[in-house]
Amino acid sequence: MDLPIADRSVLERKAEIVARLRAAMADGAVIDDPAETRAYECDALAAYRCAPLAVVLPGSTAEVAAVLKVCHEERVPVVPRGAGTSLAGGALPTADSVILGVARMNRVLDVDYDNRFIRVEAGRTNLSVTGAVEEEGFFYAPDPSSQLACAIAGNIAMNSGGAHCLKYGVTTNNLMGVTLVTMEGTVVEIGGAHLDAGGYDLLGVICGSEGQLGVVTEAVLRILPKPEGARPVLIAFGSNEVAGACVADIIKAGVLPVAIEFMDRPCIHACEAFAHAGYPDCEALLIVEVEGAEAEIDEQLGLIRQIAARHDPVEFRESRSAEEAQKIWLGRKSAFGAVGQINDYMCLDGTIPVSALPKVLKRIGEMSRDFGLDVANVFHAGDGNMHPLILYDANKPGDLETCEALGAEILKLCVEVGGCLTGEHGVGIEKRDLMEVQYSAADMEAQMRVKDVFDPCWLLNPAKVFPLHMSAGRRAR
Amino acid sequence: MRVSSEEELAEAVRGAAGPLVVRGGGTRPVGASVAGEVLETSGLDGITLYEPGALTVVAKAGTPLAALEAALAAEGQRLAFEPADWRGLLGTEGEPTVGGMVAANVSGPRRVQAGACRDALLGVRFVDGTGAVVKNGGRVMKNVTGYDLVKLMAGSWGTLGVLTEAAFKVLPAPEAAATVVIGVEGADAAVRVLSAALGTPFDVTGAAFLPGEGALVRIEGFAASVAYRAERLAAALGAHGPVAVERDAERVAALWRRVREVAPFHGKAGEVWRISVRPSDAPGLVVRIGGEWMLDWGGGLVWALVSEGSDLRAALGPLRGHATLVRAAAATRARVATFAPEPAALAAISAGLRARFDPRGILNPGLMG
Repeated sequence: MDLPIADRSVLERKAEIVARLRAAMADGAVIDDPAETRAYECDALAAYRCAPLAVVLPGSTAEVAAVLKVCHEERVPVVPRGAGTSLAGGALPTADSVILGVARMNRVLDVDYDNRFIRVEAGRTNLSVTGAVEEEGFFYAPDPSSQLACAIAGNIAMNSGGAHCLKYGVTTNNLMGVTLVTMEGTVVEIGGAHLDAGGYDLLGVICGSEGQLGVVTEAVLRILPKPEGARPVLIAFGSNEVAGACVADIIKAGVLPVAIEFMDRPCIHACEAFAHAGYPDCEALLIVEVEGAEAEIDEQLGLIRQIAARHDPVEFRESRSAEEAQKIWLGRKSAFGAVGQINDYMCLDGTIPVSALPKVLKRIGEMSRDFGLDVANVFHAGDGNMHPLILYDANKPGDLETCEALGAEILKLCVEVGGCLTGEHGVGIEKRDLMEVQYSAADMEAQMRVKDVFDPCWLLNPAKVFPLHMSAGRRAR
Repeated sequence: MRVSSEEELAEAVRGAAGPLVVRGGGTRPVGASVAGEVLETSGLDGITLYEPGALTVVAKAGTPLAALEAALAAEGQRLAFEPADWRGLLGTEGEPTVGGMVAANVSGPRRVQAGACRDALLGVRFVDGTGAVVKNGGRVMKNVTGYDLVKLMAGSWGTLGVLTEAAFKVLPAPEAAATVVIGVEGADAAVRVLSAALGTPFDVTGAAFLPGEGALVRIEGFAASVAYRAERLAAALGAHGPVAVERDAERVAALWRRVREVAPFHGKAGEVWRISVRPSDAPGLVVRIGGEWMLDWGGGLVWALVSEGSDLRAALGPLRGHATLVRAAAATRARVATFAPEPAALAAISAGLRARFDPRGILNPGLMG
């Protein structure tokens, strides 16, 4: 993985640039001591690290605008950062960049139950958005696994998903408006507490643009009334193929579960060893959750039981209490942590058509043997968003490279069967050099034109998303 | 000019000597009128992929919407955003197409629960103003690979590119539907009861108000579940006014067709505006309309019918939302902007996008500003 060569003229002017930033900000909001900027040298993709030129932690939209204005005038690249939980390296700095962290901006600005929205500062964590409205029986639907830590800013940048998006959609489907600061330091309001754009759907293109079009400082989010209840079931199968076929049948039958999660044997084993959830000994298991009143849940689960029975499950486990429901989710929710206990791992994020599930799982098994690295699969099966975890040993020379090569092959397979490189984590630097697998030069040219419009000098998070050789001419401007 | 393949379309755009008027079925003549050669996409016809088990369908842009909906219905599925047929409202003929629906981002009453057309749109292929073929998104439900130009294309009325293909997430059609009708009068009471309904956990899929007919609240799903929720809603909303529950499938469908197609305005003279606001702003707004109106999306969408030649946007003043002129006499359309003018910084971004995607300014030039 390459980063662009740092701009020497920026590095040489560090003292001057930092002084200008300090003058524009409240005391203590600019960090340039190398001992302190180290905390910002990577995000959750910790395999790649680079210390930034400086870090600024603004407390308001006006301060964000001031920072961007200075950086624009000084031609300093800016890397926006939410909570730093990106699995794709979205917040990885370059040596000549300023990290702009919005974590201090975490206030709730407005809650409106009649119009069903909440307006928050973008540094607020995902889970605390729901926390602000749950007493009134509402919630914010997108629920990435990192929701305790991750910020709305990062959710918007990556268009984050979660386990429950089969029914509720991902961030872009729940985002109504943003306050955006452009690289020149202009503050614009896009969308708001109303539905549908008046002109072009700029909100739609900003969501998921990985901090490359502007810095989002505030967001208007749709909130929903909480369902009366929810209950999961666990269905165990003798093979991945059968579990995959069962997923397709459930969907075809007209049931729309809020979540269908899939785990394969290596993953089940790791979870059992770590979380002791009491999962059955099987090749594959599904956790299917449905919502509604008790009787509605019973009806849907009855239907799911009938469908599952046609696929000869090893076990169909219902939860009769909140504790039992929690136990069903326990293993799944601790999956990443469990695998992390036994190994270093790389988490992939490709999406495939649900119909291709059995074929893809079989191929991943073969590739795993060819490359000599184990792969545990845990993913959102209802929408085809896979999370193969490739296990490797960071202390073993060459293992990371083998792991990266296997990861690339798996993602290419996802594209080959009609899917994509990333379903909810984003491209960042991690998948940047694979973009040409999915998109033609014309496809990427169209995307880069959008950046040209929002950020003509290519200063915002410029080393991400597009292969460096494709963006080189633009970044040099 | 009528093309029958994406390659032909790309060639036609590349070879165009002047402005092109992009047309699907020609059923939604919205926006400033464009002078130029008509480019028909109806030759790009057909469903290219349909996987019911993956809730995914892909169709060429010129495919009649009716054909797509029939194919989905045969598998017990549908487009959840409930695209509206505007022929009755706009007095047009022809067949609505998939591309036209996307270009206009047309969504019906279920938008409050299932999202808009843009939310169900998984991928697009289009030809930009230089004649380059571009694809974005794909056919899978979760995809954050690169920028989301899919959303940008939805509702861009053919000004950034000519759509050639679109992929959608589809959903199962429900077994049953019911409508709770609450006899309230006036926008104030209507928005109050609709907000109350949308704030319940009963998964309301439609919330509209037709003056004289009452507030309408729709629920859909498995039969027993619909019966349960209709009862709970009727009880919860009883304090707002007299409540009746419509359970007959055909009558429920007809009711929501009326809402979706803005039937109360059909055949009436005057000009039609479509106003998107936060629901609680709707009551204050309708008193200033000075004409007929109806509410959808819990009050978040106001349809207004006003006399010819009036500039309703100017009369309403600053809005927390926006007003679009949907049907008007040529003279009005020449004088009054169809789409709400954007603040300078956003207008510059929109103009910048147009200049990049259509550098020669040949795709429906002037339609959106």
